[in-house]
Amino acid sequence: MNPIINPVEKIDAAFLYIIGISLVLLTLITITMIWFVVKYRRSKNLVPADIRDNWKLEVIWTIIPTCIALSMFWVGWSSYAGLRNVPENALEIETIAQMYSWIFRYPGGKETDSKIVVPQGRPIRLNITSDDVIHGLFIPAFRIKVDAVPKVHTYAWFYPQKTGRFSVQCTEFCGIGHADMTAELKVVTEEEYNVWLKSDDK
Amino acid sequence: MEIIGKISYMETQATQPIKSFYETPSPSRFTGIGAWLLTIDHKRIGLMYMASVMVWFVIALILGLLIRTELMATGSTIMEAETYNAIFTLHGVIMIFLFVIPAIPAIFGNFLLPIQLGTDDVFFPKLNLLSWYLYMLGGFLAILSLFADGPPDTGWTFYVPFSVSTETNVGLTVTAAFILGMSSMLTGLNFITTVHRMRMPGMKWMEIPLFTWSLYATAWVQLLATPVLSITLLLVILERIFGSGLFDPSKGGDPILYQHLFWMYSHPAVYIMILPGMGVISEIIPVFSRKSIFGYKAIVGSSMAIAVAGSLVWAHHMFTSGMSDVAVFVFSFLTFIVAIPSAIKVFSWVSTMYKGSILMTPPLFFSLCFIYLFSIGGLTGLVLGAAGTNIQVHDTHFVVAHFHFVMFGGTGFAFFAALHFWWPKIFGIMYNFKRAYVAAILTTTGFMLHYIPMFILGIMGMPRRYYDYLPEFQTGNFFAGIGAYILVAGVLVMLLNLLISFKNGETSPSDPWGGTTLEWSIPSPPPLHNFVESPKPKGYPYDFTDIVRSNSLNSNDSLNRGSKL
Repeated sequence: MNPIINPVEKIDAAFLYIIGISLVLLTLITITMIWFVVKYRRSKNLVPADIRDNWKLEVIWTIIPTCIALSMFWVGWSSYAGLRNVPENALEIETIAQMYSWIFRYPGGKETDSKIVVPQGRPIRLNITSDDVIHGLFIPAFRIKVDAVPKVHTYAWFYPQKTGRFSVQCTEFCGIGHADMTAELKVVTEEEYNVWLKSDDK
Repeated sequence: MEIIGKISYMETQATQPIKSFYETPSPSRFTGIGAWLLTIDHKRIGLMYMASVMVWFVIALILGLLIRTELMATGSTIMEAETYNAIFTLHGVIMIFLFVIPAIPAIFGNFLLPIQLGTDDVFFPKLNLLSWYLYMLGGFLAILSLFADGPPDTGWTFYVPFSVSTETNVGLTVTAAFILGMSSMLTGLNFITTVHRMRMPGMKWMEIPLFTWSLYATAWVQLLATPVLSITLLLVILERIFGSGLFDPSKGGDPILYQHLFWMYSHPAVYIMILPGMGVISEIIPVFSRKSIFGYKAIVGSSMAIAVAGSLVWAHHMFTSGMSDVAVFVFSFLTFIVAIPSAIKVFSWVSTMYKGSILMTPPLFFSLCFIYLFSIGGLTGLVLGAAGTNIQVHDTHFVVAHFHFVMFGGTGFAFFAALHFWWPKIFGIMYNFKRAYVAAILTTTGFMLHYIPMFILGIMGMPRRYYDYLPEFQTGNFFAGIGAYILVAGVLVMLLNLLISFKNGETSPSDPWGGTTLEWSIPSPPPLHNFVESPKPKGYPYDFTDIVRSNSLNSNDSLNRGSKL
């Protein structure tokens, strides 16, 4: 079996790549701009040059940004692909959004409200839908966000490698309780999970 | 039209000295307030837009400040969730439909487009007045929706099924947006026709100033994209009243269809909002560099490319909506393509200053702030355009910050630059420079402190449209709130400074800056028919040879006086 690749790493690398290049470009543009304004100020440079265009320069600064943009597109796309390709042995949890809470239904019928407990070290697939209006499931720690749309089935998956508590938030505006529509994600060990699954804890 | 131009030319020649359009109403039978409300003069209509747009801007600015004040601390700070939802909806609707879309085209476009083309009015002057009345009606209905059955609480995007199911008065707000769309469409139609049919005899396409070019590109988007919004909003009304079920999955409809239709307009609409701003910057930088714009044809081409490509990227707002991965691939790709013409413009602006003779003035200062803030807005757009990173920051404060960098740091600052650039032309008076700089520095500093924390909050995972938030987001929101107050203070200083100039501003000559486009060749404020003598095409619009020559002969010109104000 292929080792499972956690999409979080690729997405963070994409963030670094795009923001890094952007910062370099922004710095270059700003420094050049300020340098020109200071160097060619009218008190020092009364007579301007008359330069109207330079097609070679213009072709260069069309081609280079195009290449940079396409590389960013590719980095972005390949990190996205990681979010969409669910590993085979994933644990599937049905996720139903409603105004204003999240319902999670486990294999075997256990159901929880605003609380999701998952075992560590196993990919988790959330099958998402909504009971009323559109909501958005967002777990920032795992870089996933998918809308919950009535009568439509969407999905997301994540790979909890460490135990801990994480927040789940609604990101599609759904009304007065939108900001309170949060849930807690608890990553526990496999044993703890099995114990919990049989317990009455909801 | 040419004949009318000649008659008006003879008329104005006969009456000396030349009276400004303030003193000669059109049609001439109306006086007092009627001379404004029934006017067909493009300049007066532009100023009526200015008055109304500024009122809306200040209202929406205050609503925005209330939002940020509420968010400065967790829990309920100054209002309840219901009020908060209504306020951010109105802030969005007013800012978008009543300020950002009409600000530059309806005020400066109306005032300057005919002048830059060397003609005396737009092609359909009465339609122009009707557009203003539609604008006012739309604004009035938006205000009315506040008081009837509770204000709308859907966000400016009116997503179904929520917008169909909510009890609040969405119908009226949607109707308001429909009417405002109509107004914007008619203005676009008017501008396109004017550019095609009313250029002065002999003016070729490649001799049109870049501001007018940008309005022309914008007008096509207004004309082609706005009907999609109108239809969509109408469908929302039908859903609400008759339950037609087009967007209702339980009746076989599809809520995602609404999002496609909405963004098919609303993404091109952000180019309706930014293109005229880019046009303003393309006018200001050459004037204060005393040097031709660098790459005129590339800027014209990129405006048109943005208008076309910008119409094909709408679904990048929907990467998380559940649409197919193929669509995500295509729309992410197209989004990166549309980034390139914007980059070309930025490079052209900066290169224009190379070896120029640069004079710092408030309009140039605002323009440089524009380039910086717009670049941040554009570059953070790349994070949103890339599919993988989009998923994390979609619908978070990162989007809020990106959008405001482009729309406020971009269009807003271009609007401020345009105000300071054309103020002496429109009113014939000059404002105080020192206060204008103080305002610009305050606004920019406040702006950065306001929106930079939101980028960080967004990456951390704070969603937008949140009345309350998790404790880890407290610090960022607090600083953003402080920034908001500095920002609003800066804007108020700027507006007050401009208002004070009516009282004690120095009289401005016809060409205070040394500009080359036609508006600087006519008196300030312009006469009723714009031109005292029939304008002659000058060929290339950014030839500064004469300005440089006359300046070296007479170093004590108006510009040097201007800088000492």
